[in-house]
Amino acid sequence: MHLFLSIIDRNMSFFGFGQTAEIDIVLNDAETRKKVEHKTEDGKKDKYFLFYDGETVSGKVNVTLKTPGKRLEHYGIKIEFVGQIELYYDRGNHHEFVSLVKDLARPGELSQSQTFDFEFTHVEKPYESYTGQNVKLRYFLRATISRRLNDISKEMDIVVQTLCTYPEINSSIKMEVGIEDCLHIEFEYNKSKYHLRDVIVGKIYFLLVRIKIKHMEIDIIKRETTGTGPSVYHENDTIAKYEIMDGAPVRGESIPIRLFLAGYEMTPTMRDINKKFSVRYYLNLVLIDEEERRYFKQQEITLWRKGDIVRRSMSQQATIAAQRYEGSNPEPTSAQAKEETD
Amino acid sequence: MSEATVADTRRLNSKPQDLTDAYGPPSNFLEIDVYDPQTIGVGRNRFTTYEVRMRTNLPIFKLKESVVRRRYSDFEWLKNELERDSKIVVPPLPGKALKRQLPFRGDEGIFEESFIEERRAGLEQFINRIAGHPLAQNERCLHMFLQDESIDRNYIPGKVRQ
Repeated sequence: MHLFLSIIDRNMSFFGFGQTAEIDIVLNDAETRKKVEHKTEDGKKDKYFLFYDGETVSGKVNVTLKTPGKRLEHYGIKIEFVGQIELYYDRGNHHEFVSLVKDLARPGELSQSQTFDFEFTHVEKPYESYTGQNVKLRYFLRATISRRLNDISKEMDIVVQTLCTYPEINSSIKMEVGIEDCLHIEFEYNKSKYHLRDVIVGKIYFLLVRIKIKHMEIDIIKRETTGTGPSVYHENDTIAKYEIMDGAPVRGESIPIRLFLAGYEMTPTMRDINKKFSVRYYLNLVLIDEEERRYFKQQEITLWRKGDIVRRSMSQQATIAAQRYEGSNPEPTSAQAKEETD
Repeated sequence: MSEATVADTRRLNSKPQDLTDAYGPPSNFLEIDVYDPQTIGVGRNRFTTYEVRMRTNLPIFKLKESVVRRRYSDFEWLKNELERDSKIVVPPLPGKALKRQLPFRGDEGIFEESFIEERRAGLEQFINRIAGHPLAQNERCLHMFLQDESIDRNYIPGKVRQ
């Protein structure tokens, strides 16, 4: 008798007569939490809820039975919070660096649609979400109803951003480079660490110019490195090309650089994330001569993400700007005085 | 710690430029002209030479002005020397025009005026490109080509020191 009923049950699942359900994950702070745009693997942009390290992830899992009146038998309902790295050339292996589980229901049956609460308290989210050329780092919630034949599950991706404060040490980059007896330049960038909405202020000083330069540009290059040991892949992407000089300079000329980073889509510098990948940024100074020969010098910069601050009032900002133009900052004047005595 | 939202974009300090540098002649003056084609000899032993005049203020060149006479095969010799000894990608020469050297042509072949002019322009572009290349400028063969009366094909290849 018992065996007979079991067989019928399995057939019912095959022919769609069994019960199935829809899962829906809703965050408790869905109304107030900020959403940000994030590129998907196929280049499209979607909006996702934004979380920071240490924040609690809480919400509800709504299980809606498809066929009213029928019961849903299951082997357990759970929700997971996962942070994982996926290398495109090795899709089978997901490297999970965060994996938390909460059981919502023990094996049994649901006779009607039900809602389950969950809370992952103060979750550690050590890395920033990243979708790149060969690698993807993502965080998501996954609710699963385990069943004998096929599980029902639903995933909800979130985006994590890592914030920093102003670095204590942020030295400028200053170097003299060139080709013996042909071209000597001294380049300077005001910082080595820039936040994503910062401005690169610098200059190129010509010490020796024995070639015929046509123009000079500065490029921002993003390099994504995946893999270790013998199989290391580098993907270079030129994010920006910015011409800073048109025409031939002579000895003693100084060309200013002012490059606003907010206009470009960049991520913070990511170094050896979970020993799986890196994303680094370089400034490439390129000089082109009249025969299209290119002379270049690449220099790494560190990018970091600054938290949004409370905006000051307009009058406060105007006061600060006015002080700058009147030269209230003592540094430049003392430097000029030093020049005159030379 | 509070910080302003207005970024500091003032220029970095730089030394004021010396006026003799600003208004003096640039240190990269290099001009080479290939002109005055002359066909020498008679019959099948004819060949064309071109005057190669160089004016420069680059310290690597011993003479600041030089004039020499060169023929197409001299340019070929220079190209081969540089391809062997220097690290540069040597630009192409104007064509060898072997078809023009065959008999029974309706025109003057390689002594046709329009062809000589085409070749002259190509040779001028070729020599200017090479002489301006930082990695070719210290080659002995280039200096000999531009500034010695005649090319000694038995020379010792090497680099010129400034």
